[in-house]
Amino acid sequence: MTKMLLSTAATAALIGLGSTASADCAIEGEGSVRILANDFQALNAVVSRAAECASDTVEVTTNETEEHKDIQVAALSTDPAAYTVALVANGSLVPLLNEGLTRPLDDLVAEYGEGLMDSQLVRVNGEIVAIAFMANSQMLHYRADLLEENGIAVPETYEDMIAASQSLADAGVMADQMSSDFLTYDSNEALPYWEAEEVALKTGWGSRTAAFIDENGAAPEIAAQTKVAAMPSWGDNDIPATTLWWDGFTMAKNISDEDAAATFQAMMYALSPELVADPETAALAAWLVDGYTPTPASEGVFANVEAGARPYPMTPYMGMLHTALGNNLAEFLQGQESAEKALEDAVADYTTAATEAGFLQ
Amino acid sequence: MPHKTFLAFILPSLIVMLLFVALPIASVVYQSLFIEHEQIMTEVENCGPFGCTVERRVDSQAMEALRSEQPAGRFNGLGTYFNSGHLAFERIGQIWDRTETWGDFIDQVMNLPFYKALIFTLAYTFIVTPCVIVLGFFIALGVNAIPGLIKGPVIFFSLLPMIVTPLIGSLVLYWMIDSRGIIGSALQVIFNDPTLSLKASPTLTWVTLFVYGIWHSAPFAFVVFYAGLQGVPRDTMESAMVDGASRWERVRFVTIPYLLPLATFIALMQLMDNFRVFEPIVGFSAEANATSLSYLIYSDLRGSDSPLFASAAATSVLTTIGVIILLMPVLIRTWRDFNRKA
Amino acid sequence: MARSANAKPLPLLALSVGFIVIWLIAAAFPFIWTTWGSFKVEPDFFSRSDWTNAITGTQTIRQTGAPFTGAGYEGAWIQQEFWKSVINTAIVTLSVVVISLTLGTLGGYALARSGYRYTFWILIAALIFRAMPHVTLVSGYLLPFFELGIWGYLPTTIIVLVAINQPFTLWMLHSFFLSIPKDLDESAMVDGCTRFQAFRLAVIPVMWPGVVTTGLFSFLLAYNDFTVTSMLLTQENQTMVPKISSFLGSTQAEGKVMYAVAAVVSAIAPLFVLVLFFQRQIVSGLTAGAVKG
Repeated sequence: MTKMLLSTAATAALIGLGSTASADCAIEGEGSVRILANDFQALNAVVSRAAECASDTVEVTTNETEEHKDIQVAALSTDPAAYTVALVANGSLVPLLNEGLTRPLDDLVAEYGEGLMDSQLVRVNGEIVAIAFMANSQMLHYRADLLEENGIAVPETYEDMIAASQSLADAGVMADQMSSDFLTYDSNEALPYWEAEEVALKTGWGSRTAAFIDENGAAPEIAAQTKVAAMPSWGDNDIPATTLWWDGFTMAKNISDEDAAATFQAMMYALSPELVADPETAALAAWLVDGYTPTPASEGVFANVEAGARPYPMTPYMGMLHTALGNNLAEFLQGQESAEKALEDAVADYTTAATEAGFLQ
Repeated sequence: MPHKTFLAFILPSLIVMLLFVALPIASVVYQSLFIEHEQIMTEVENCGPFGCTVERRVDSQAMEALRSEQPAGRFNGLGTYFNSGHLAFERIGQIWDRTETWGDFIDQVMNLPFYKALIFTLAYTFIVTPCVIVLGFFIALGVNAIPGLIKGPVIFFSLLPMIVTPLIGSLVLYWMIDSRGIIGSALQVIFNDPTLSLKASPTLTWVTLFVYGIWHSAPFAFVVFYAGLQGVPRDTMESAMVDGASRWERVRFVTIPYLLPLATFIALMQLMDNFRVFEPIVGFSAEANATSLSYLIYSDLRGSDSPLFASAAATSVLTTIGVIILLMPVLIRTWRDFNRKA
Repeated sequence: MARSANAKPLPLLALSVGFIVIWLIAAAFPFIWTTWGSFKVEPDFFSRSDWTNAITGTQTIRQTGAPFTGAGYEGAWIQQEFWKSVINTAIVTLSVVVISLTLGTLGGYALARSGYRYTFWILIAALIFRAMPHVTLVSGYLLPFFELGIWGYLPTTIIVLVAINQPFTLWMLHSFFLSIPKDLDESAMVDGCTRFQAFRLAVIPVMWPGVVTTGLFSFLLAYNDFTVTSMLLTQENQTMVPKISSFLGSTQAEGKVMYAVAAVVSAIAPLFVLVLFFQRQIVSGLTAGAVKG
C-alpha cells in the first residue's frame, strides 16, 4: 500500500507540473526524492523546481508544512527515513545534529556539487552537514520620503530610532511612537499598517521585505518609498541587534546511496542559477546561490553582515533560552514587572528546561 | 448480560481506545518520570555562510551509546512534577521566606508559570461554563417559541459558532476585534474611548477570551436544551397551567427540573473542554497575557527546537488530575446511580 | 382557557424575539461578514486604514475594476486544488462517523445492559481518556507511526480520530440506551433470540435518533480537527482545515490569505445542508433521552 500511495503522489506531482516538466533535470541513476520543508514562498520555489526532476526512474514526493520542525526528527530517525532531504534553518538543523540523523555530504558535493559556492557549505568540524541557499535576518525598514521631509537621518542605533519616532510624532506625521497592541503583532500583521501609512520605521524579517517594497502591491506609492538598512545597534555595541540566519537543506542518514545521489542531484538542479533568473523568485529572499545579483530586499541582510552582525548560534541549548526569554519578557515590556524580575523568571524557566534536557545538572 | 457477550460487544471499541489512547497515556505517565541523559558535549568548529565560530554541540555518538543502555533517559521520579516549571514547591518555599504579606506571597506565586496558567484555566472554566449553560438555556427557550417556518434557518445560524472550525476564530474574528476592525471600532464608539484596544491589556484580553469561549460553546448547550424542551411532558405543563402557575413559575418548576439532567451533561462536557482551553489563546495571539495548562504543554512540545517530553507529560498528567477533581461530583453521582441500578 | 394562557403577553414576546435577534446577529454576523469579504481583495477585507473599505470595496475596484471578485475562490479551488482536500475530508469524516458509531453503539449498548461493576470503571476510564490533551497524544504517535510506516495516510488518521472520539461516543450512546426500555430486547430474547439478534431486531430500529445526534458530534470533531490532521497527514492527504491553514503559511503571501477566507466560506456550505437535513433527527435524538447523565 505504501508503494501504491507513493507512486500516485509521484504521478500527481507530474500532472501538476504539466508542460513545465522539462528535460533540463537529468538525474543519473534512479531513486526516490522525498522532501520535507517549511511552507513559505521562497522555499516553495525551490521545492517546486526539485519536483521537476520526477521522471520514469525518479519519483519525487514533497511535504511542505508548517509542522516540519515537529515531525522532522521522528521522520528521519526511521530506517529508511521517511524523507531523504529536509529543508532546515540554522536553528532547526540542531535537533537533527543532536540525534545524529544527518548524512555527511562531502562525497556528494565532490561528485555533483560543482555549481555550489564555498560559502554555501555548512561544515561542522570540517564535515559538510548542510548546504545553505538563502540568508535571512531582521532589518530596519523605513520610509525614505518621511525621514527626508523631516530631516531625519536613517537611524543606526535604537537611541536614534526612538528619537526619530519622537520627532515624527512631534511633527504630527505619525500618531504615536508605538501602538499599544505591540505584543500581538507578527510579521503578517505589520504589512497592512505599513500600507496604511501609519508606520514610518519598523524592524522585521528580510524574508518578508519583498511584500513591503512590492510596487505591484496594494500601496505602490508607499512601497516605492520603502527602504531597508541594517538593524540598529543597542547601547555602545556598534553591531546590529539581530542575528544572521541561513536556510538550507540537509540529508537523512538512513537512506540508500541511490536515493541520496538522486536527491542531491535534484536539489542541485533546484538551486541552479535558473532559480534566480526569474526576477520574481529572485526578489523573494537574499539568495546565496550562484548567479544571484542582490535585490533591494536583500540589502538589509548584507548591510547586517557588513556591520558585523553575528550568526544565530547553533548551540543545542539556544532554542530553550530563546523560548524562556520569549515567555517571560512580555510582562516587563508591558510594565507589569521589573527587568530584574522578568530576567529572574526567564532564568528559572531556562534552568528547568535545560536540566530536563540534560544540559544542566 | 454474561461477561462473554459483554466482551464481544465492547471489544472493538475497547481495542481502539487501548491502542490509541490508553497506551499513549501509559507512555506519557512513564515518560514523565524520566529526564534526558546528561548531555555529553564536544567543542566543534561550525562554518557556514557567515564565517566560522567555535561552538559546543552534543556528541551524538556518545549519546547514542547512553540511550541504547537506558532508552527512557535518567529516572527522575516525581522530580519533574515538583520542579519550578510545575508545582514548584521549592520556589514557593523561597517566596514564602522572602515575602512579608499574604498579598505579596500570592502575587509572586501566581507569577510562577504553572500557577499563572492554572489561574487563567480555572477562571476560564468557571466563568465560561455557567454562562454557556445559562445563555444556551435562554436561546433554547427563545427559539422554541418562534414559528416553525423560520426555525430551520434560525437553528442553523445559532449553530454556526460551534460548527465552524476554530481556525476562523483566529483569522476573521481576530481581525474584526482589532482596534481598526469593525467590532473594535464599534466598541470604541460605544465606550467613547478612541484608544480602546482589546489586545492591549491583560484584563481585556481575558475578557475577550471569555466572550469568545461563551460564544463558541453556547450553541452546544442550546442544541441539547432545545432538544430537551421538545420532551417536556405536556400533561405536567398543562396541570401547572390549570393550577394557575405563572409563565415564570412554569419554567421554574416544570421546565428547569426536567432539563436538569441535561444541564449536568453539558456541565460535564464543558468543564472538561474548558479546562483544556488552548486554541483561542494561540488564535488571538494572547500568549503574553493569558496562558493555560494546555498552552504550557504546547509550548513544551513545540516551543523550542527539541520538545521537552517529560515536562509536557507532567503537565498533561496534572491536567488530567485537574479534570478528574473537577468532575468528582458528577463521578460520585454516576457511582450512586450505578449502584442503584445494579 | 389554555389558549389564552399560552398566548404570550406582548412585552414578553418582544423580549424573547429581541433576544433571539441579538443572538442571531452575534452568532451569524462574523460569517456573513466573512462571506461578503471573501469576494473582496485582501487590502479591503483586512484594511487597517478604514474598515468600511470591506463594505465599499475601494481597493477591490482599484485592483480588479469591479466591486466583487472571485479571485479567492479561483485561487483556492483551481490553483491550490482545494477540491482534493474536500475529497479527503469527505473520506475522513464519513469513515470516522461510520466507524465511531458502529463501535460506539455496540459498546454503548453493552455498557447500558450489563449490570456488573466493571462497566462503571470502563466509563470512568473513558472519561479520563477524554481528559488527556490531544496535543500530548499526537506527539506520542509520531515515532511509532513512522517506524511502522503508517504515518501520513488517511486510514491512520481515521482510526486515531475514532479512538479519540470513542469516549464521548460511548458515554452518549450508553446514556441513550439506558433510556430505551430493557423489556424491548429482553422480551425478544425470551422469544429465543440471541443477544446480538435482539440488538439487531429490537434495538436498532428504535435507536436512530440517538445515533444521529451522536453522529453529528463525531462529524464535527472529524471535520474541524486540526491538532491530529496537521501532524499526521502528508501534504497530498491533507484535509480541509490543515489545507486552509497552509494557505496562511508560516508567512502569509499577499492574496493567499483570501484563499483561506474563500475556503473557509466554502467549508461552511456543506454544513448548512447537513444541519437542515438532520435538524429533525438531531432534536428528536436528544429528546429521546440520549443524554440524561
